[in-house]
Parts: sequence; C-alpha cells; structure tokens
Amino acid sequence: MTNKDCAPFPNPELTAAAAADFLTRMLMIRRAELKIEELYPLEQMKTPVHLSLGQEAVSAGVCMHLNRDDAVFSNHRSHGHYLAKGGSLKELIAELYCRETGCSKGRGGSMHVIAKDAGHWGSSSIVAGATPHAVGAALAFQMQKKNAVAVCFLGDGACEQGVFFESMNWAALKKVPVVFVIENNFYSVSSHISVREVNEFLYKRAWAFDIPSFRVDGMNPLDVYASAAEAVEHARSGKGPFVVEYVLQRWRMHVGPGDPNAALYRAPEELQAGYQRDPIKEFVEHVLTAGILKEQEIAQISSRVDGEVEEAFVFAQNSPLPDGGDLAKFLFVD
Amino acid sequence: MPWTKLQVEREEPAFDENAGDNVRKLDFGTALLEAQDQALARDPRVFVMGQGVNDPNGAFGTTNALYKKYGLERVFDTPLNEESTIGIALGAAMAGMRPVVVHNRPDFLLMAMDQIVNHAAKWSYMFAGQVPLPVVIRSCVGRGWGSAAQHSQTVHGLFHHVPGLKIVLPSTAYDAKGLLISSIADNNPVLFFEQRWLYKHQSHVPEYVYAVPFGQAAVKRKGKDVTVVAVSHMVIESLRAADELAAEGIDVEVIDPRTIRPLDIETILASVRKTGRLVVADLAWTTGGFAAEVVAVVTERAFHGLKCAPRRVAFPDLPTPAGYTLEQAFYPGAKDIKKAVLEMVRPSEKV
Repeated sequence: MTNKDCAPFPNPELTAAAAADFLTRMLMIRRAELKIEELYPLEQMKTPVHLSLGQEAVSAGVCMHLNRDDAVFSNHRSHGHYLAKGGSLKELIAELYCRETGCSKGRGGSMHVIAKDAGHWGSSSIVAGATPHAVGAALAFQMQKKNAVAVCFLGDGACEQGVFFESMNWAALKKVPVVFVIENNFYSVSSHISVREVNEFLYKRAWAFDIPSFRVDGMNPLDVYASAAEAVEHARSGKGPFVVEYVLQRWRMHVGPGDPNAALYRAPEELQAGYQRDPIKEFVEHVLTAGILKEQEIAQISSRVDGEVEEAFVFAQNSPLPDGGDLAKFLFVD
Repeated sequence: MPWTKLQVEREEPAFDENAGDNVRKLDFGTALLEAQDQALARDPRVFVMGQGVNDPNGAFGTTNALYKKYGLERVFDTPLNEESTIGIALGAAMAGMRPVVVHNRPDFLLMAMDQIVNHAAKWSYMFAGQVPLPVVIRSCVGRGWGSAAQHSQTVHGLFHHVPGLKIVLPSTAYDAKGLLISSIADNNPVLFFEQRWLYKHQSHVPEYVYAVPFGQAAVKRKGKDVTVVAVSHMVIESLRAADELAAEGIDVEVIDPRTIRPLDIETILASVRKTGRLVVADLAWTTGGFAAEVVAVVTERAFHGLKCAPRRVAFPDLPTPAGYTLEQAFYPGAKDIKKAVLEMVRPSEKV
C-alpha cells in the first residue's frame, strides 16, 4: 500500500465522550472479530466470514458522524459497518451461528446483515451491488425533505464495477446526499490492484462526475474522523455527493481467519514496511498523550467491550436454530 | 394506508361492443396512464422514472401527461444507466418510496439483471422479510417493423425462473389498469410486461381505482373441448382462433393467467380436467419457458385427465429476425393455435 496523495488533516478536537465512543466502536469490531477468528475453526459458525481486522478506524470513524436516521449500506465485509452503525452485537454473532435470533434470522449469514433500527440498511455480497441503493435512499431523503444522508461502503474491487460509475453519475446528476466510502485495501481476494487497474488512486474516479473527493490514510483514526466529518457535512448540507478513498491494510486473507498465504501474494517489502499498523493503538496513544482519556477509562472501555463480546457469543450459541419447516417463509413481504 | 382499501375485482365486466357511449372505453395505453395518474394522486410516495418518460411520446403516451401534472420531481427522465436505475428504485423503496420504473423495452432489463435477480428478488428472503420493496418495473415488448433481435424480446421466462419476483402480463385495458394498481400497491418487486400491439386495443375501464388481484386467472371464454392458456397478446390470438374453431364446432376454453408469478394453476388444472386437452400459447421462446412450465405442472398434476399430449405454441428457439417475411414466419398466431387444437381434436385429419 502507499499513502501517496493522502490529504493531510489537522487533528480533530475530540471530547472525552466522543473519544470514548470512537474507541468503543473500534474495539467492539476488533474484539468481536478476534473472537470470531478464534472460534471459527470449531466450524460452528457455518458462514464465510470476511474479517475487517485492521480496517476498524474507517467503519467507526465514518459512523461517528452519522445519526440513526442516516442510512448505511455495506458489502460482504460487513461486520465493521454493522457494529459501527450501532447494530446489535448479539444479533450479529447469532447470525454467524445461523440462529433464528440473528439479525437476518439465519437467512442472510455473515454477508447479509441488517440493523434497520440502527440505520444499517443491509449489505450485498455482489461487489458494488449496494452502491445504487445508497443513491436511491439519498434520492428518497431528498424527495421526503429529510435531513438524512446515505453512506455506501465499498472496496477497491467495487470501483471496477460499472454500476459504481452509474451510481456516481446519478448521485451527481440529482445532487443527492450520499457519501461513497471506498475502503482501498489494494487486494481483491489476493489479486493486487496493479493487476486490475491502471490507476490505483480511486478517489480520482469522482473527478469525471465533478464530485469532490479525497484520499485519506485510513489507518490513522484521526484523519478518518476529520475527513469523514467533512464528507458527511458536505452531503448533509445539500451540496451533493462526496467520495472518500481510505487507504487501508486488510490484516487477514479475503475470507476466513488468518492469512497463511500472505507471503505468497503480498510483496516482501509490503510485509515488512508498515504492514499491520494498528489504528486502535495509534488512537489510544493519541488520546492518552493529548490527555483526552485516562488509562483507567480506556481499561474500563476495554473490559466492557470484552464482557459484551462474551455475552454475545453465549447468546448466539444458546439461541434456537431456524426450523426447516419455515424454509419458505419470507420469500415475499406481506 | 392508501393501498389497503382497494376495490378488488376478480372478473372483468362484460363488455358489449354495441353499448356505444353508455360504457367508458379506454385503450390499453391510456388505461396504464390512468392507473399511474391515480396512484400518483393517491400516494405521495409513488414516483415514475425512466428513459424518456417526459419526452413528447412519453413511454408510448403512458407517462408524458403525468410529468405535466405532477412535475419533474415525481415523473422524471433517467440516464441510460439501466442497472443503477433499478438499484436506485430499490434504495428509494427501502427508504419508503414506491417507485415505478419504465423501460421502453424488456431487452434493456437484461442490463439490470444483477439488481433484479441478485438484489430485488432476494432482499425479502435474505433479510427475513424486514424490508418491503414496493418497486414496479414496467417494460413494453416490441414487435414488427424490423425491431429485430434486441428490440422485441419478451424476457418474462428468464425472470420466471427466479423466486422472489412477481410477474404480470396484462392482455386487456381493463386488466392493464387494475393490475398496474395492484402492482403499485404490492410490497414486493413486480415486473410488468406490456405488449406494444395491445396498446390499440380498447375495453371497458371504470374510472374509479380498482385492483385486479394477482394469481387469479381470467377465463376469457368458456369451452369444453380444449383448454388454451395464453398470455399477453397471445390471448387476442387465442380468442381469434377460438372464434374460428367454434365455426367448426370445436369449443375452446381460453384462460389468461394475467400473472405468471403467482400463477393460478388451479383454474388451469380444473379446466384441463374438464377438457382433457391443453395448448399453451406464449409470447416467448419455446424451450424452458412459461409454456413449458405450464405443460410440466399440468402433466405432473393432471396427467390422468389428459386425453392427448399437451402442446406449446411459442416462438421458435431463434433470435427475432428483422425482415418482414421472416418475421411472419417467426411469430406464431391464431393459425398456429388453431392448428394445434385441430391436431388434438381431430388427429386423423391432416390439417
């Protein structure tokens, strides 16, 4: 990965409450996914898990600026977006265990999570599939004269799909309140962006549609927080769409725990230099140095998150499985 | 809610050609216009979008007047972005709107296959019924004047294979209005296939808002000898064939399912059990299509009621040609239906 072209941002002013909130969201994703990774080999979570370890700052930093009425759309790597937007951890883990108590009642699995009440409107595992949904929701907000914004998380692979270009065209044309959040981790499964695209600077794609955009260091939670504030505010104030490209590191392989073949598809220099920067560690260092949070407060957040994660797994493991007799339920909405 | 109290009409009122001015008649296209007009007036969540909906022709006269009445906020043109346009309709529906998307040709729906098949059809199931998707996708089947292979396909068969979609094929102006109202009132994605040649056909269309329910076939003509199941423009062809066959003493029952998903298979089975003979006339390719499906289900469920093998009258498995002599050879019609019926009823005679 390269940080070339990343826009600089002054450190945002963070209140203690905001810092605690931001940290909680990042830690929730981190600890939940580490636990998923730990238990996955037991084969009780029978659904493909696309872990977002390493990418927590973007999910959390963007959602910090969203209200409940704002809509988030996501993709196959959905856990982070779902949790950051306030989706129930219990229902997420139950969904991974394919339980009736899961957020999609065991019909969606890891790639199709939803938390309607929290404003996570669903995720599509067709790459870029949800980009027009976000534009459609934003168009509806505009028609309904609501002060809400729609945010679509998409990866670098999604930026190769035609429907993303179409969606940007629509968004710009109708000037709707949508933010496209590109999480560029440079790999589609194990194919590096250089074998897929001539231009890895994905934020430039917005230029064709006169949509403002920037590239941001997605491993730096402060930059993420500051940039997302700007992008979301732009959309919310009626100025139209915004595109943010976050440069990121995916710590694990495309799907499943660990990354046993990292050395086979990642360049040696990449594996050494800056690989596995830790956004949470950077954030903790910052808030301690700046005196925003104290050690003890961080320890409290950490143990509370751990407790919730434990509780969620117990809830999921003890939840009922869907009944085969209900197979045909939900094909249509009544 | 504006759509919970609708007058539901199961049977099309009898229409007497000689009734003159006493009965209000509309053509198929105007009936569609009226359905959308009433939906827009009734429900602020409804909007209409599609390529050229506000151009002077406005989707063959079915939308232009709407834009004049409701403005560009609710009736608007779209970019040539078929895939995202459907996706945008889905997103708007998730946000509580009730979009009607208009495509001039079903051929163009194929560019939106991902949004229709991977998204619209799956959304309710994947998310356990939490997200209503009231989206209507209208498209108008072309035919003739050299429209050729990419402007005259009827692709309902492709979508018919996919669970999670409702598929409507009206054949009369009356049904066009009532079924479009039902489509807009439905909380699920609906594909609404019109046929260009039906636009000039008139029937009695009441002024009030009424719903023709999904999954209820219309028996267009009662008969005892042969059951002809036909959709869309093939209903017209079947009724013509039935008239000619009546002159020869053969009594044909013509059934128009009106919606193929859900399909009123019980009405078809009951008819076949009575007549013992089945012809299915479809507006699409023969192989793997709607006609094949009806034949399969009837064979599975009413095999012992059949006096002879069922027949399909549908398009040859070829792209549509442009040249008019080839078009004539391509499109099946009343004479093919008549031939199929005669071969069943009088197998010894060479037709």
